[in-house]
Amino acid sequence: MARLVRLDRSGNTELAAWSEGDPASFQEAAAVFREQLAGGYMGVAKLPDDTYEQVKELPAHVDLVMLRRPIAGG
Amino acid sequence: MPGTEQLEQVPFDPGARLPEVADVWWRTPVDTDRLAHIEWLSAAFTSVYVAPFFILGALLVTLEPLLAAVSLLCLVHAWVIPELFAYRGARVLAFEPGSAPRGVRGPGNKGLLADLLDRRPAAIEEATGAVVERGRLGVWVLAENGALLVRPGGRRVHAFCVAVKDPGLRRCDRIAHLLLALRQDETGFATVANHAFAGATWRLRRRLPPGRRAALKAAVSLSR
Repeated sequence: MARLVRLDRSGNTELAAWSEGDPASFQEAAAVFREQLAGGYMGVAKLPDDTYEQVKELPAHVDLVMLRRPIAGG
Repeated sequence: MPGTEQLEQVPFDPGARLPEVADVWWRTPVDTDRLAHIEWLSAAFTSVYVAPFFILGALLVTLEPLLAAVSLLCLVHAWVIPELFAYRGARVLAFEPGSAPRGVRGPGNKGLLADLLDRRPAAIEEATGAVVERGRLGVWVLAENGALLVRPGGRRVHAFCVAVKDPGLRRCDRIAHLLLALRQDETGFATVANHAFAGATWRLRRRLPPGRRAALKAAVSLSR
């Protein structure tokens, strides 16, 4: 199962999970993802080669997508 | 809404800048050349600040040996100025008031940060509260309110003020946000962060909180 995880004040919250063979669960997760992006979070996907990429749509074929807050110079 | 088969085509954008870079569009991207330029500028500025005190100290004692005490004060000034710069840089790794001291932070309370770290970086984080991460520009030491970048070779270090825009987050989660951004785009991360210091690693190390020094030591070791 792939997971959509948000880093928030409660630590990390799993918002959705989906599997490649289940389009309904993916679509549900994609809707949650868009909602979070609208709320100011940024999507970061962990790719199979252990690199991390910004994503603006939920990719189906990754295991983990995280939502983080923007950073800024202090 | 397309199904999963169609979404296989969703393009990643490898090498894309952090979106936060748009907020600091006027800044030059901080890459290897830029870091070398900053190091050169920093050394030049320090020389400009310090050299007059050396010259004055030498001049005074040459004109009148009885002014040796005043000359010594000039040398002290010349020493203190770079120390103040280093202190400013070291503050990016300062512990926050009321944050848990070493050994009290429980290993089971790291949130996603625990999943992002391998065993050795996790042990360093457990001991120091800072994450050591190797990057393309050098080895990073990330804490909740800033980061150090140890350049290859370990002799030069840069300090950056950078934090996540949510002060209500726990310490580990704030570091996890920074780590994700760093892994996403190292140059973008360094560009967004405010540069606080560039100089000798030994000078900054002396000004770091004792609890963080092991993290810098590990980063220096990794950078060699």
